[in-house]
Amino acid sequence: MEATIPMQAPPGGAAKAPRPVFEIEGLHIDYTTELGVLHAVRDVSLMVNEHESFGLVGESGSGKSTLAMGSIRYLASNGKVTDGSVRLNGVELLGLPAKELRELWGSRIGVVYQSPLSALNPSIVIGKQLAEVARQHLGMDRSAASTRVIEMLTKVAMPDPEAVMKRYPHQLSGGMLQRCVIAMALMTDPSLLIMDEPTTALDVTTQAVVLDLVADLKREFDSAILYITHDLGVITKICDRVGVMYAGQFMEQAALYELFKRPLHPYTLDLLGCVPHFDPTPQKRSLVTIPGAIPRVDQLPPGCIFAPRCKFVEEACTTARPPLVEVAGAHLSACRRWEVVPPPAEYLRDATEAVRAAQTEAARPGVLVEGDDVQVHFKAPKGVIRAVDGMDLEVRIGETLGVVGESGSGKTTVARAIIGLTPSTGGTITLRGKRLPRSTGRRPRATLKEIQMVFQNPDASLNPTRSVGDAIMRPLSLLGGLDRQRAKERAKELLLAVSLPVSYFERLPHELSGGEKQRVAIARAFAAEPELILCDEPISSLDVSVQGSLMNLLMRLQVEKQTSYVFISHDLSAVQHLSDAIAVVYLGHVMEIGDATRVLTPPFHPYTEALLSAIPLADPDIKQKPIRLGGSVPSAMFVPSGCRFHPRCPRCLGEVCVEQEPPWREGEGDHRIYCHIPLEELARLQAETLVLADQGEGA
Amino acid sequence: MVEPNITDESFDTAIMDETMAKELLPPGGAARPKSWRIYWRRLKKRPAALVGTIIFCIFLFLAVFGPWVAPYDYQAQNAKARLATPSVSHPFGADQFGRDILSRIIVGTRNIFLLGGFGTLIAVIIGTAIGLASGYIGGTGDEVVMRLLDVLLSFPSLLLAMVLLASVGPSNLNIVLVVAVLYIPMVARVVRSMVLDLKNKEFVEAARVRGEKRSYILFREILPNSLPPLLVEASMRFSYSIFLVASLGYLGLGVQPPSPDWGLQINEARNFFTLAPWVLLFPACTIAVLVVSTSLMSDGLRQVMLPGGGRN
Repeated sequence: MEATIPMQAPPGGAAKAPRPVFEIEGLHIDYTTELGVLHAVRDVSLMVNEHESFGLVGESGSGKSTLAMGSIRYLASNGKVTDGSVRLNGVELLGLPAKELRELWGSRIGVVYQSPLSALNPSIVIGKQLAEVARQHLGMDRSAASTRVIEMLTKVAMPDPEAVMKRYPHQLSGGMLQRCVIAMALMTDPSLLIMDEPTTALDVTTQAVVLDLVADLKREFDSAILYITHDLGVITKICDRVGVMYAGQFMEQAALYELFKRPLHPYTLDLLGCVPHFDPTPQKRSLVTIPGAIPRVDQLPPGCIFAPRCKFVEEACTTARPPLVEVAGAHLSACRRWEVVPPPAEYLRDATEAVRAAQTEAARPGVLVEGDDVQVHFKAPKGVIRAVDGMDLEVRIGETLGVVGESGSGKTTVARAIIGLTPSTGGTITLRGKRLPRSTGRRPRATLKEIQMVFQNPDASLNPTRSVGDAIMRPLSLLGGLDRQRAKERAKELLLAVSLPVSYFERLPHELSGGEKQRVAIARAFAAEPELILCDEPISSLDVSVQGSLMNLLMRLQVEKQTSYVFISHDLSAVQHLSDAIAVVYLGHVMEIGDATRVLTPPFHPYTEALLSAIPLADPDIKQKPIRLGGSVPSAMFVPSGCRFHPRCPRCLGEVCVEQEPPWREGEGDHRIYCHIPLEELARLQAETLVLADQGEGA
Repeated sequence: MVEPNITDESFDTAIMDETMAKELLPPGGAARPKSWRIYWRRLKKRPAALVGTIIFCIFLFLAVFGPWVAPYDYQAQNAKARLATPSVSHPFGADQFGRDILSRIIVGTRNIFLLGGFGTLIAVIIGTAIGLASGYIGGTGDEVVMRLLDVLLSFPSLLLAMVLLASVGPSNLNIVLVVAVLYIPMVARVVRSMVLDLKNKEFVEAARVRGEKRSYILFREILPNSLPPLLVEASMRFSYSIFLVASLGYLGLGVQPPSPDWGLQINEARNFFTLAPWVLLFPACTIAVLVVSTSLMSDGLRQVMLPGGGRN
């Protein structure tokens, strides 16, 4: 149970020589597309030992999925492995006849995809689908197969396997389904397990459970794991060795701990700097940004492919492409100048800046928006869905309120209630003390102007048929009353303010990348000169480096314009990075609210505590106590009695929690916790939840 | 079910040609080609669609310039050439009055394009209006309108057309109106489904949040994004309407003699089929070629403009 994740495994602690299971050497993969032949993966080598997991990290377009799937020769019809060698247990895969390869795919290689729902057939019960694998590849008969399925489901810690076998995929939660898929992949005891972002679609609390499971299975099974992810935090939880990919090749490869503590490639260093550092102090610092964008694989620069974006570039970097070479013990880097790459702590101090000083308690600004007992109830055929069920929130002028919670917690709904897109059904929402009408249709333009929104999905937030300039000009002329000429000038200023070139004015959304679209959406929101901007997971679907630069942008604009934000996210590290105050919500109710620093230091609400111990932090030095929540967020149609968190609460006291609604316990300042357990007691229990190493460093 | 771990389906959704190219070639940086260029490039890769489009364009040319292109006057009778076999002077032969069949077909093109075209156009305009309003407003009104359209849809179209035309009498205007009435429900359904899909998109919500009027949202935010599927639907309706107009002509409910209507020509040729099959065969083939090429073109349009498959 106590998952000591073997990332601390010291290098060179060689008791027995590890057996290499999966080896890739000099692999090249091409795609033939409308634009000609693309060299998607170039000269890639890696090795995975048994009981080991190799993490492939990279941003979208880096070729990590292509590499993983291409190495087992599972490519789209236009893809082709052109050179190299791939060996599984010493057997060369590249020359293998198709029939033998198919046999191998099913029996020796398991694959776990991102979306468990589409990996399973929705019309066949779980048990039958899993048994099929056992019958097909292990030659078992019906009863042996079903015993095997139960055994596997037990191994992936599935509660009540026999009942689960009779269920259809839609009857299980995402975490349970992913466990079924993992059980299915492990059914034949494969030598190689490829996991392609298996936890990306899951909630943090579920993700933590699945990651623990993978870490356990790694030791139990003889499989080698190839783990693909874009999330540096996830990597620290389960990988032993990590390869950082960029535009189709490796930039750096090293053991996990070394890669994080002493990266020897500027790209890795930058990537680590893009991720918010967990730092519960009120001071706000910017994040590292990587200028430019990942190059197209058909337009690679002549020298080092990272040179155009590198901060340590010199003349010689741009002429010859440096190979991936061993620069220290088992540490490979594709940088000529690896010796000048500074340690991360030093680099972070120099490459980032303080955006805003800490606010003193007395100088806290006034309240802009206040929600009092806000309710959003929907009528459904079988009852009432209480999506938001009595939330109290306040947003101060020029500050950010971070709202965090799992999916189904009502965080998006409450934001939509504030802006009026989903009318609230109870309670009041006031703007500077004036009560807001419930729906957008009833609000006058002057009121609408004060609250704008940046949406989650960058692809849907801009009208595909209208140019960027048009999109930004519309609110300027409609809400700002500017004439065409002045609106145009102002729109261009806004483009510059969100760090986009003016030449983008005439572009259509499909000519922009996701991050650029989101910048336009931010410019459009600011065009109305609102007092409050609601950011509904605005960065969740983007790459880490893009996330970092967008967070910098949001912070900078806030300081310049004194705009308040409500920042909604399931990602607690992003929320803690941006927010002055944090509200932790669960099942339509606030569990804990207050100053960010106080929310992130003990005492915590038990739910906050669980979230904190579940978030994958991109720092192998931080010790998190493994507190795991069982089950998933209940339906908002059947809100549990008493404290709504009690069925999942690891600190549930029993009868009181089940029967009585908890009191608000007032902490220091405006910190409040909705719990039956007294604050002193919580503080005592939770001292060990999150231990930050080197806490005094830099002070 | 051989490879449950790596099913073709999940693989295809993970890495497909288009998605892959998009992954590898992130947009941004350099401006990407305008959409019509992309359409043209995709069209060039689909020979069937390209051929269909070219044939359609030839017919379109004939519809406009037919009377000047045709080798003979379409109603000039030539007693010597009665039921003449196809030859150099009469490539498609001549009919029972010695009229040149090729010329009659060429000149008749305009008629069929006008009747089918205007009928489709009216159907598209009215259908779009109904679909937009019904989809956006929703609720009971939407329900009532859609059920009424379902009633219209439940009749076989030729039967309904015959009943309507028989009651109002055959005339060019009436044929156009009948085509329109028949196709309004189908267009309305397509537009409505687009509206339902688009009205909760974030960019429409952003428009609501800045206080746009309903008409602005419908005509500036939603309609432009419904155009590609609408265009595909319109071209499909047009290909059906050609068939419908020809059928009505054949049944004598369409254009009256001596107009060079294709359906009418087939009807008149029935009596001579054993003597001179070409009199019937060529007009029939022409109809087939035009209908097939138009639907090839509309299929192509769908693949080109809505890759990934617009539903129905």
